[in-house]
Amino acid sequence: MSTANFTNPVVRWIDHRLPIFSFLHHEAHEYPTPKNLSYWWNFGSLAGIMLVIMLVTGITLAMHYTPHVDYAFASVERIMRDVNSGWLIRYIHMNGASFFFIAVYIHMFRGLYYGSYKAPRELLWMLGVVIMLLMMATAFMGYVLPWGQMSFWGATVITNLFSAIPIVGDYVVTWLWGGFSVDNPTLNRFFALHYLLPFVIFAVVVLHIVALHRFGSNNPLGIDVKGPQDTIPFHPYYTIKDAFGLFVFLIPFAFFIFFAPNFLGHPDNYIPANPLVTPAHIVPEWYFLPFYAILRAVPDKLFGVLAMFGAIAVLFILPWLDRSPVRSGSFRPVFKIFFWLLFVDCIALTWLGGKPAEGWYVTASRIATIYYFAYFLVVLPLLSIFETPKPLPKSISESVLGGSGGPAAAPAAAKEKA
Amino acid sequence: MAEMEEGATRRDFINVASGAVGAVGIAAAAWPFINQMNPAADTLALASTEVDISGIEVGMAITVVWRGKPVFIRHRTAAEIEEAKDVDLGELRDPTPDAERAEKPEWLILVGICTHLGCVPLGQKTTEARGDFGGWFCPCHGSHYDTSGRIRKGPAPLNLPVPPYVFTGDTAIKIG
Repeated sequence: MSTANFTNPVVRWIDHRLPIFSFLHHEAHEYPTPKNLSYWWNFGSLAGIMLVIMLVTGITLAMHYTPHVDYAFASVERIMRDVNSGWLIRYIHMNGASFFFIAVYIHMFRGLYYGSYKAPRELLWMLGVVIMLLMMATAFMGYVLPWGQMSFWGATVITNLFSAIPIVGDYVVTWLWGGFSVDNPTLNRFFALHYLLPFVIFAVVVLHIVALHRFGSNNPLGIDVKGPQDTIPFHPYYTIKDAFGLFVFLIPFAFFIFFAPNFLGHPDNYIPANPLVTPAHIVPEWYFLPFYAILRAVPDKLFGVLAMFGAIAVLFILPWLDRSPVRSGSFRPVFKIFFWLLFVDCIALTWLGGKPAEGWYVTASRIATIYYFAYFLVVLPLLSIFETPKPLPKSISESVLGGSGGPAAAPAAAKEKA
Repeated sequence: MAEMEEGATRRDFINVASGAVGAVGIAAAAWPFINQMNPAADTLALASTEVDISGIEVGMAITVVWRGKPVFIRHRTAAEIEEAKDVDLGELRDPTPDAERAEKPEWLILVGICTHLGCVPLGQKTTEARGDFGGWFCPCHGSHYDTSGRIRKGPAPLNLPVPPYVFTGDTAIKIG
């Protein structure tokens, strides 16, 4: 542990018995961070802040919500109309889900481009995929709670995915429902799990950070930190940068909350759930659309479901598919092209997922689905063999100083600050 | 102490035995917590529905709720029955003759849930889209069912299921 000298005697007294302050000093203050991180490295902390925002707004909403089929819809409307600031808290929570996913998706594309999933950060990446899966489960169950038409039919369609499992599928679905259709038992358990899972996410985030701090952040050059001359302390340099990024991120977030709170939602969810009438066009929330497009692109029910889950499963084995020793896409001329194609492909899947499954949309979804899997299963393994990467800089410092100075002059200055 | 029998010691045996007993114990303790999610007694108690079908004219259909699911009861016209019977079973995805799907040909009783992903198909009202085969049409992902509720076109793998039912009178049925 570090040799932090606390002046406050109370802090010293506590720290001697419970070294919590030393720990924080070590992990959040002096924690050596590569000095060349770009703004793409803001989205991890942004996602963490979104999690806290979701927890705070969610716990307050739970104080006013009733998880019962007869009262759920009305209790949400009461939150909107009668509960003090209820409308604000709910709109923050609703749009917060979207912005949480925006932050996480950018964070993931950052990792994909800069090879942050490569050794020795494989487990860090896999924990991130676990977090994403938990987020998806949580977001799905949260969307069911207002018990509107989209809540009900979204829950019906998604739980029915499990009926594709051979032999035991129907039993699994009945077990998930606690009955013979999506009904009160389903709503009750979804509420319980929607409350629980964010704390599980929080725990996995802690593991994610432990794994991160083992080797430190990757960086835009994708090369290892060679010594103290390549790093700066996390505080104040990155705390201030993260804070600035947060304020910028909060601007569009606030815009949606105050000026377009229902833009990302679906109007049908303001119609109370009716088990006898299916809305004409069921679409999931935007952050599920790429996966929904993959589901519908496959003409077979079981294989459609497998493809959808496979789209996430493939991320787990990604560190072993991309064997190129060069992490950063900046030094991989061919990889770069395929990466941006993947980015466009994911945008296309998102768009196609919101369109009806007919005509050329289906064909386009199939092409986009094939590319998605080909990127991971074919392109990356082949590039690892055939691509010639550009030469890497010798160190982060050399690159920062324009290649001349060498690790002699500047590092001293950097160290003084620490 | 170290009584070696082909590399295994008594300590190994005790470790494996206690591990196995522990695993069985955990599984036994976990079962109630898994099983509590299955349908409860009161949910199962609502498992049958009785319907008076005397008021349903020829060509009309009604929807009733059984186990929280919509059940379609359609009083088929002669033309619809004819159409359902005149199908070459070879061209069906889930081949079942109409006679096996309707106890009395004029009364077709089906669980109104698309076998694809669980939407409720349209077609109960004559004004609704009934698809290419005059039965039902699921708007979610475009499955077409015929006048016997059999899947004819679209992504659904199976026919609309026939629930268990009995005629308790000429114009009364009990579903479930």
